[in-house]
Amino acid sequence: MEEVKLFGYWVSPFCRSVEIALKIKGIQYEYIEEDLTNKSPQLLQYNPVYKKIPVLLHNGKPIAESMVILEYIDETWKNNPILPKDPFEKARARFWANFVDQKCFPALWKTIWSTSEQYEQNKAEALERLKVLENELGGKRFFGGDSIGMVDIVANFIGFSFRTIQEALKLDVFTEDNFPKLWEWAENFVNCSPVKKCLPPQDKLIANFPPAYMGKTLVSSFQSRLQLPPPGGC
Amino acid sequence: MAASDVKLLGARPSPFVNRVQVALNLKSIDYEFIPQNLAEKSELLLKSNPVHKKVPVLIHGDQPISESLVIVHYVDEVWSGPPSLLPADPYDRATARFWAAYIDEKWSPLVRNLINATDEQSKAAAAEKVFEGLKLLEDAFVNSSKGKGFFGGEKLGFLDVVLGCYLGWVRAGEIITGLKILDETKTAALVGWAERFTSNKAVDGVIPEPEELVSFMKMQARAAAAADASSK
Repeated sequence: MEEVKLFGYWVSPFCRSVEIALKIKGIQYEYIEEDLTNKSPQLLQYNPVYKKIPVLLHNGKPIAESMVILEYIDETWKNNPILPKDPFEKARARFWANFVDQKCFPALWKTIWSTSEQYEQNKAEALERLKVLENELGGKRFFGGDSIGMVDIVANFIGFSFRTIQEALKLDVFTEDNFPKLWEWAENFVNCSPVKKCLPPQDKLIANFPPAYMGKTLVSSFQSRLQLPPPGGC
Repeated sequence: MAASDVKLLGARPSPFVNRVQVALNLKSIDYEFIPQNLAEKSELLLKSNPVHKKVPVLIHGDQPISESLVIVHYVDEVWSGPPSLLPADPYDRATARFWAAYIDEKWSPLVRNLINATDEQSKAAAAEKVFEGLKLLEDAFVNSSKGKGFFGGEKLGFLDVVLGCYLGWVRAGEIITGLKILDETKTAALVGWAERFTSNKAVDGVIPEPEELVSFMKMQARAAAAADASSK
């Protein structure tokens, strides 16, 4: 009997990645929402090195770090693969997943936390990263081809949450005019059935990123609640 | 596989390049090493890795692959015969990848901070953090090796290559700081492992001697200072 549990947090795109992969594979799992201001003893036990979500528990064995978890899921449940079979295409997918994770997400995240002085510079960096991604997408429906794969999954923040938060804060980073292919990708991505089931509620997202927010210093408890890097830490 | 089919764009002092070299050696793959001048990047490098413009880049046939961990996975998957670099079991693979990410994202920046520390107080604080990380890696080694000589068990594997290729810089750090980073009183298992790693045939001649890396660092520091001075 397979026992799968996921320790997560509602807003974390890293947790969304894991959930989307589990849904693609049709894996039954128990989702445990963590209070990041009061982490459960299980979370601390299962991820003693980082004490962070997501943590996947499979038959009592914990796996931490979203990219590691995604590879584990793909190697353990072989149906509906999220990585290509061909080693070169697989290497390309891993390269682009790393690019989204290590270059795109931090750049976009920085724009959200920018003060008005920092915004233009942070926006310029984010635009550069998105341009690279737009070029890579080219004429493909998804980064994974006809169906979503690892790169699309890791880019879930770009597909959904960032656009919602951006609209709430009246930012103009990711626009349809600037990135028509990526915009179309985002529309297709959020309408995929496994993705639709995993997205954080839009109204809750907006409530947590009110328009009055931009340019203000973060309240530290709010920051730790989100458990995502603070402005200087990206 | 003819040597001209596999090319590695690299630079000798880079531990990331060294990883690919060791991986190819472990698989007995002939390859052409094309040294890169990172101060003046070649057309070939810029064309092969336009996104990051960094080494290592493996060019197999005419297909370029970048990022050292991606390349090591690729080498293991394309030349899938023994020895396997990654463990067979998915959970063991996940454990190896977890520690590889920890080493690259958390631990090696701590070593860099230690090497660059300018006063005794910050040096001591940086050293403490490095040792804390090494304790975690010591435990990881004990769990992963299951009584054998390497993270990969009987033979060198993925995690051995990932951590082992930093050993040149760790030794260089010991010369620069005057501190013992790999200390048998603190992490005896890792000390034994380090000796076995560096004396392995696949590692022979790949990692530069620590003195060479110290000179390289000093040269880079001088170049950076000169660039700084000339831009003022």
